[in-house]
Amino acid sequence: MATLTTEIPVTLSKDEILRYSRHLIMPEVGMEGQKKLKAARVLCIGTGGLGSPLALYLAAAGVGTLGLVDFDVVDYTNLQRQIIHSTADVGRKKLDSAAEKLTAINPFLNIKKFDTRLSSENALEIFRDFDIIADGTDNFPTRYLVNDACVLTGKPNVYGSIFRFEGQASVFATEDGPCYRCLYPEPPPPGLVPSCAEGGVLGILPGLVGVMQATEVIKLILGAGEPLIGRLLLIDALGMKFRELKLRKNPDCPVCGTHPTLTKLIDYNEFCGIRGEEKPVGSGVPEIQVEELKRRLDAKEDVFVLDVREPHEYQICNLGGHLIPLNDLPNRVHELDSSREIVVHCKMGGRSAKAVAFLQQSGFSKVHNLAGGINAWAERVDPKVPKY
Amino acid sequence: MSTIHIPTPLRQYVGKLSSVEVTGATVGEAMTSLAALYPDVRRHLYTEDGKLRSFVNLYVNDEDIRYLQKEETAVKEGDNISIVPSIAGGAGVSSTSEGSTASVIPSGARDPGFCL
Repeated sequence: MATLTTEIPVTLSKDEILRYSRHLIMPEVGMEGQKKLKAARVLCIGTGGLGSPLALYLAAAGVGTLGLVDFDVVDYTNLQRQIIHSTADVGRKKLDSAAEKLTAINPFLNIKKFDTRLSSENALEIFRDFDIIADGTDNFPTRYLVNDACVLTGKPNVYGSIFRFEGQASVFATEDGPCYRCLYPEPPPPGLVPSCAEGGVLGILPGLVGVMQATEVIKLILGAGEPLIGRLLLIDALGMKFRELKLRKNPDCPVCGTHPTLTKLIDYNEFCGIRGEEKPVGSGVPEIQVEELKRRLDAKEDVFVLDVREPHEYQICNLGGHLIPLNDLPNRVHELDSSREIVVHCKMGGRSAKAVAFLQQSGFSKVHNLAGGINAWAERVDPKVPKY
Repeated sequence: MSTIHIPTPLRQYVGKLSSVEVTGATVGEAMTSLAALYPDVRRHLYTEDGKLRSFVNLYVNDEDIRYLQKEETAVKEGDNISIVPSIAGGAGVSSTSEGSTASVIPSGARDPGFCL
């Protein structure tokens, strides 16, 4: 591949030859391929669900230089799928935790850590010293940023994305292939597609998809096989079905088309409709703090607790509230008495804020959102209630 | 009859099915049949003025209808139509983001929006 700097002369030591022996005895890799891997410089955006298996396998396979971009800290809820991090790493920087594991697997690896959030200001600079970019991010602004920066710098974008039980993988922004914008010219409006934190994700799914990304990275480096260029692989883990769709380079694509209108990086938060910390719906509704709710309940005041989470969440923990999932609320609003004081809660306060806004529109006046949801209750009122 | 494959986020609006058999000679007609069977799914795929949402792609077999005859694309017996929305998950954001990424707006609210 023209984009790879494989012409750099590299040699393999005796130890490396032994380490990579199962690669070296295959003609598709061999000494030449293993040297290409060693000369290759791959940038992993994110060391989370996708980035974990991706970086682990690239390190083991002998990729010489791995760049890692992450600003986050390991959280207890990451451990279900972000296998590069251990229980003892909770609270540590993901970069440090990841680098430690990768070096333990392969001490020959050269790791470059970027302790930052990828942005329009730093992306081109960070990308400059890498040959291939692997996108393991979790949000639309960064996805479009990575794509555009890949097109502008002429580096392949090895893409993977997951939601619940479903994944997508492809290779974008190669010289003749389509880019992410050819597939999806515009992002969904903000706040309307849930994150993994809200929608959930099957723990093994990023493993499946991240390993596919690693496979594509290695194929690009070796120049072997048929990369996922111009193809979108759909992964359905529940059905264990894999389907493939054709992707075309869009001649009218604003970034990689024949007459590009986008020739430098833009403000991706604005492009994705995100303005600062502004919350889309339900912000500014009346709130009540968990301590205040506790006081009122203890004083036997007439407070009706409405829980707008899903039934499976209610089973994890509950405050004994009346359960009407947010989606069902419009059809079940008759179950509520508008003359009573109503406190609405969910897990963290987002869905319940929307429920409060909806109830206000429906004529309820004595309705409050429980700030921070049941997680805040667990944290500040009753430690016996599990957080999730 | 052709088969529409439903992505995970939309299955809750079609009785939790992963695929639905529909009639219709074009993609548009097939989608109309789907919406007739499951009215709740319509607003997740189309804007209020009836345009397919820009982050939802439709495929007939493995071809993107934008490069065929769009919603006029003919479908024949046994064809597979896939609904492929954009998804962004991957790294696993911190659990503090619920407020700004919350997904579901009750259908009675002002802007029904897209609820994947």
